[in-house]
Amino acid sequence: MAQTRFTKEHEWTRLDGDVATCGISDYAQKALGDIVYVELPPVGKKVKQGEQVAVVESSKAASEVYAPIDGEIVAVNDNLAGSPGTVNEAAMGDGWFFKIKPANAEQADQLMNEANYQSYLKGLNP
Amino acid sequence: MRKLWLIFFRLPVLIWRRIVCFGRISCPNSESALGITTLFWRTIPMTDAFTDLRRTPLYDLHVSLQARIVPFAGYEMPVQYPTGILKEHLHVRASAGLFDVSHMGQIVLEGGPDIRAQLEKIMPGDFQEMEPGAIRYSFLLNEQGGVIDDLMVTRPAAPDEQNMVFIVVNAGGRDEDFAIIKSRLPNVKAMMLNDRSLIALQGPQAAKVLARFCDAPDKLKFMQAGKFTISGSLCFISRSGYTGEDGFEISVPNAAVEKIARAFLGEPEVLPIGLGARDSLRLEAGLCLYGHDLETAITPVEANLVWAIGKRRRQEGGFTGAAIVQKQLSEGAKRKRVGIKPEGRALAREHTEIVDNNGVPIGTVTSGGFGPSVDGPVCMGYVETSFAKAGTPVSLIVRGKPLPAKIVSLPFVPHRYFRG
Repeated sequence: MAQTRFTKEHEWTRLDGDVATCGISDYAQKALGDIVYVELPPVGKKVKQGEQVAVVESSKAASEVYAPIDGEIVAVNDNLAGSPGTVNEAAMGDGWFFKIKPANAEQADQLMNEANYQSYLKGLNP
Repeated sequence: MRKLWLIFFRLPVLIWRRIVCFGRISCPNSESALGITTLFWRTIPMTDAFTDLRRTPLYDLHVSLQARIVPFAGYEMPVQYPTGILKEHLHVRASAGLFDVSHMGQIVLEGGPDIRAQLEKIMPGDFQEMEPGAIRYSFLLNEQGGVIDDLMVTRPAAPDEQNMVFIVVNAGGRDEDFAIIKSRLPNVKAMMLNDRSLIALQGPQAAKVLARFCDAPDKLKFMQAGKFTISGSLCFISRSGYTGEDGFEISVPNAAVEKIARAFLGEPEVLPIGLGARDSLRLEAGLCLYGHDLETAITPVEANLVWAIGKRRRQEGGFTGAAIVQKQLSEGAKRKRVGIKPEGRALAREHTEIVDNNGVPIGTVTSGGFGPSVDGPVCMGYVETSFAKAGTPVSLIVRGKPLPAKIVSLPFVPHRYFRG
């Protein structure tokens, strides 16, 4: 399994075989607070990196979620419809949003790795 | 991720891609004062908007309880504690919660024995009919019948205070309300009680908790008030609140408020509750938030608050704005405040457009979000009167798409006031 990569907008993606699982980071879920609704894209949708593909709503705010890489949506996490709070409990695991079949397997390597993301977060919150 | 909107404070779409701080908040009552929106997440460097904000005497307590502090109505207030908005909300419905509402204005008016008749000139409540110790929900209106502020008026219970009334106004309106009252009632002495804080103890266990400190729960029913001593301090206690639950609002000397708040928080039933849960609790209870569901262009008739005017006042008039209010009472208002229940789980926030089955705009959402006790989305808003009947299907335009919804009667969660 490849390492987890992060965007500056706090999405994460992790390649497993030829499919990349994507979600929002633990930092993002904490910042949003109690998550009460997630709107997910249709399976089969072709997406471009940076394109808005999902919406996450907390008790405070609604935020857009962007595709971290180019590709095709091949699965979405239907469990989030009934239990959106899973994102708060396990943002990096069971709280995943969607899976993308990458158009280019190397594209994710341009994103931040865990260590770089952590120092990026430190820069946001000195 | 990018931020789209935030709740409980009016603010259009925010474009913000650099950081996830859910914390840009502007609130209606302070918007004009601050003039800008502000970051509220504590870990983010304070912006200029945090300067000139006032703190309540409980500020240090909020910080020690690890509250997230936000600017609200000119004050630095706790929006939530580590418990989180959802759990804080549910805790109040199940047990008891303590709120700091010291940002609200506490005003005493002192005149002659006709003080309540005087007050009827500037507000539409039937104050002359009030029993000693009774509370009325009322409004300050402008000449067009629009609501300048909504407020609570108490007739003191004590025989030697019958020439006085006690008024609690919204934080955002405290200075303006005070000035309006003084100018419209020049012969009445008006005092702002800056030496008093206000805390609210709300929830089905609130009476049980408060009974350990004083006998107010035995003496007061819903919308009654009196003076009681808690830990040696003289407190004005009202059995009222903003959650739809039984509960109390307690006016406490500033010097004693932290001690009393800590004593309440030491009781096993009580958790501290922030403004976030206060907002979702009042929305489920169908109660208006000034600056959102009420404002100067909205009359009490449109807001479906005719019950607060009083029968005699409706007929006699004689208050500021009476002509338009009476005209709307006899002819009907063009729009009406309603509850709106979106189908499904997607939320509709404030400013969402309401359309009919043909896509024709018929109104706007003025408060909307997630109702933790309803376990789904809830909204309040204004629609053309012909669409205001409960059961009417409508659509809410959310992210460009129509979301099916129904007009419903308020409240979303039944009130559980103690009426004796």
